[in-house]
Amino acid sequence: MSQQSLPKLRRASQILFLGLFLLHLFKTEFRGSLRAVQGEIRLDMPYPAIFLQSDPLVAILNVLSSHALYRGLLWSLTILIPTLFLGRVFCGWICPLGTLNHFFSSWKSERKRGLVRIESNRYKRWQTLKYYILIGGLLAALFGSGILGVMDPISFLVRSLALSILPGLNLGLNAFFDLLYRSDIGALRLLADGLQLLFSQFLLSFKQPYFRQGVFIGLLFLFIIALNLRITRFWCRALCPLGALLGLLSRWSILGLEKHPSHCEDCNRCLLDCQGGDDPIPGAKWRKAECHLCFNCVGDCPESGIKFKFLPATPTTVEGPSLQRRKALASFAAGAAVLPLLRSTPGLAVERHERLIRPPGALDEKHFLDRCIRCGECMKVCPNNALHPTLAEAGLEGLWTPVLVPRIGYCEPSCVLCSQVCPTGAIWEITAVEKGWATGASDTSSKSIRVGTAFYDRGRCLPWAMATECIVCEEWCPTSPKAIYLRPAEVFDAAGNPKQVRQPYVDPERCVGCGACEFACPVQDRPAVYVTSVGESRSKTNQILLRRPRGAAS
Amino acid sequence: MTADPANRRELLLKLLRLGGLSAATAGAAVWFKGRSRRPEETLAATLKHNFAVPPDPSHPEMAVVQGEDPRQLVRRAIEELGGIRRFVARGDVVVVKPNIAWDRTPEQAANTNPLVVAELVRLCKEAGAKKVVVTDVSCNEPRRCFQRSGIAAAARAEGAEVILPEERKFKEVDLRGDVLSAWQVFEPFLAADKMINVPIAKHHSLTGVTLGMKNWYGILGGPRHRLHQRIEESLVDLADFMRPTLTLMDAYRVLIRNGPTGGNIADTALKKTVIASTDPVAVDAYTAKAFWDLDETRLRYLRLAQDRGLGKLKFEDLRTSVVTA
Repeated sequence: MSQQSLPKLRRASQILFLGLFLLHLFKTEFRGSLRAVQGEIRLDMPYPAIFLQSDPLVAILNVLSSHALYRGLLWSLTILIPTLFLGRVFCGWICPLGTLNHFFSSWKSERKRGLVRIESNRYKRWQTLKYYILIGGLLAALFGSGILGVMDPISFLVRSLALSILPGLNLGLNAFFDLLYRSDIGALRLLADGLQLLFSQFLLSFKQPYFRQGVFIGLLFLFIIALNLRITRFWCRALCPLGALLGLLSRWSILGLEKHPSHCEDCNRCLLDCQGGDDPIPGAKWRKAECHLCFNCVGDCPESGIKFKFLPATPTTVEGPSLQRRKALASFAAGAAVLPLLRSTPGLAVERHERLIRPPGALDEKHFLDRCIRCGECMKVCPNNALHPTLAEAGLEGLWTPVLVPRIGYCEPSCVLCSQVCPTGAIWEITAVEKGWATGASDTSSKSIRVGTAFYDRGRCLPWAMATECIVCEEWCPTSPKAIYLRPAEVFDAAGNPKQVRQPYVDPERCVGCGACEFACPVQDRPAVYVTSVGESRSKTNQILLRRPRGAAS
Repeated sequence: MTADPANRRELLLKLLRLGGLSAATAGAAVWFKGRSRRPEETLAATLKHNFAVPPDPSHPEMAVVQGEDPRQLVRRAIEELGGIRRFVARGDVVVVKPNIAWDRTPEQAANTNPLVVAELVRLCKEAGAKKVVVTDVSCNEPRRCFQRSGIAAAARAEGAEVILPEERKFKEVDLRGDVLSAWQVFEPFLAADKMINVPIAKHHSLTGVTLGMKNWYGILGGPRHRLHQRIEESLVDLADFMRPTLTLMDAYRVLIRNGPTGGNIADTALKKTVIASTDPVAVDAYTAKAFWDLDETRLRYLRLAQDRGLGKLKFEDLRTSVVTA
């Protein structure tokens, strides 16, 4: 096959993998089944989060910070090893964010045409920025922070789509269906029902999801996409740490570009559609570490001035990235310094935010921050929309890690989906039985997981403050026996008449911190019962009781 | 005047167009002004739902059936009351309302027994019902409740239409009760010919027990947690709004404590009983007495319901058939 047709093949591959990625993302959601019977509910996908687990950057971060490789991350070898032989094929052929960037780069733009376009596709020094980001991030990982995951392209894409773009789409589509459904015309109502049914199979959520900071996360994504209209694949060329990693790895690859200046007519066409900014043109040196292997250059070349070859003659190639020693050292130092600097605030060590409630299965905070790459898979899959990205609750280093917000959604007792999708083991995979909330969690011998403890605000609680019967919190409490218990009390109403009401109390030995009480409390704006993280079984220090049936100590 | 006639015509046309536009704008403005009103809540639909069938002195008013097979219990109970055809006519849309409130499995007895629901669906289908709808507005995540309770699968297998409580399908209804007025009601409950209530007997710390009348909480959306503040009156208001064709109490596996969520098998007791009646008050009174030894002194709502004319508190006065299946 001639190399001229390789771009077509590449396009097919890009479409295929983007489709697979989206399919995977859509399936990362509990949809329930009216056919299946009861039992433990798991996602019906063989490899949840497979795209994140095949990501070599995620794997290397995991290895550096935890000195081990969490189960599914072995999949990353399927990308890493081909890169050693072929270079950055992942960027050009597979990466879903790369494909989106590629697509939007191909949009016509006034600012990117003719000679400007050709010049903009020549190699630029600022393309080395991504290597410095990578170096800094890897150093930070070595010292115990997965913060670079914020910039991993797969993590970035999952987070942006799951927490912002898809919820927005959901809202928009539903508004349209509602419009149809509210009409007086029967046929339109039927149509609304049909469309709803169709889209709810894969795209729509059963309940509209809302995420804290969704707007900001979405705008950041749109900004990255919009940059393509000025500079082709700016993200991939200048920012992407995974691209940088694969660029470094491609140093020894055996696939290269051979240039034949004698056949070149200086038409510049090879620069017209160049994705990586790697100077495929004869007369300049080809930058192997920048090339995405999109094959547009050989596709566009009217002569035979350039050609990809295995084991090429390489006098016109720059093998690795051209890093400057001083900058590399600076990013080294920055990476090493960033974590101590971030941890010089009291947050992690001595003054944890009381509302930093982590999902069940989460490792203790230090190990959790080691591993969490902020991909948002756990937040996407949570059926109660209970998990949200943090802003400052976990400190700056914990930005966008998951936090349970019981007022929006409580932790469903029998559900362990977040632990099933977490690609790095920050939320270690657990079973419903290990979680232990569905089967009488709180008899004293139980080993259930606890994520926090509930407290009463007696100044707002109806039976405590307003001589009014309520007990909804007790009704919802899922443990057996219930962690919320009631005592009859004689109170006086406004007229001074005595009245019997049942007042709720929390038994901290039984409370698992699920937040159902806070969720269900009828005091709408600031509930009279709320959960804080104290008593979480993952922590040895964040405790109340001298001894708990199974404290973190065991 | 030396105006060119062609130009004059153009000018006239232009003036005509502008005049028309002005008139239309003014007309629209006046029309819109006429519509100007301070925004108000739209008036809720007023409906009362009486699904009861006429009394029939040749049959008992209540049937208490004990036995091993939940399906057999349902069949026998309905036979005792005169057979399903007394309650369901050919072509009826029947709504079966089990309790599917919690994300629990059948052996935890927080939701109605799926076999009881399935058998009821089968009987209704057999009687020629056009459609049998099984639905509830769950407390926990509905899809998990419908799936893990086993009710969705069991009811579908018998040909029922299982409807999840989608946010869109609620309608504001004036319940015209003493404490309940405008409230969100799930639409399938408003579009039925016959309504069969299939609660499960459970412990509840506010009312002592949660039985048939409390099961009507599950037709409501909105902030229903506030109902607990006047729970007795709310229960009666709801029971007054929804008068079922039949109440069939699932007391096969009873949640005797730690209700209404349970969670532990040790909280349940096998009572292997089904109680069916056309009198919703009597069913609750009987069940409370039989399994918890509670009466009207503790369950004030039963007295209130009787005073409202919803049924008989003294279940002993009913024609009752007690059988073993």
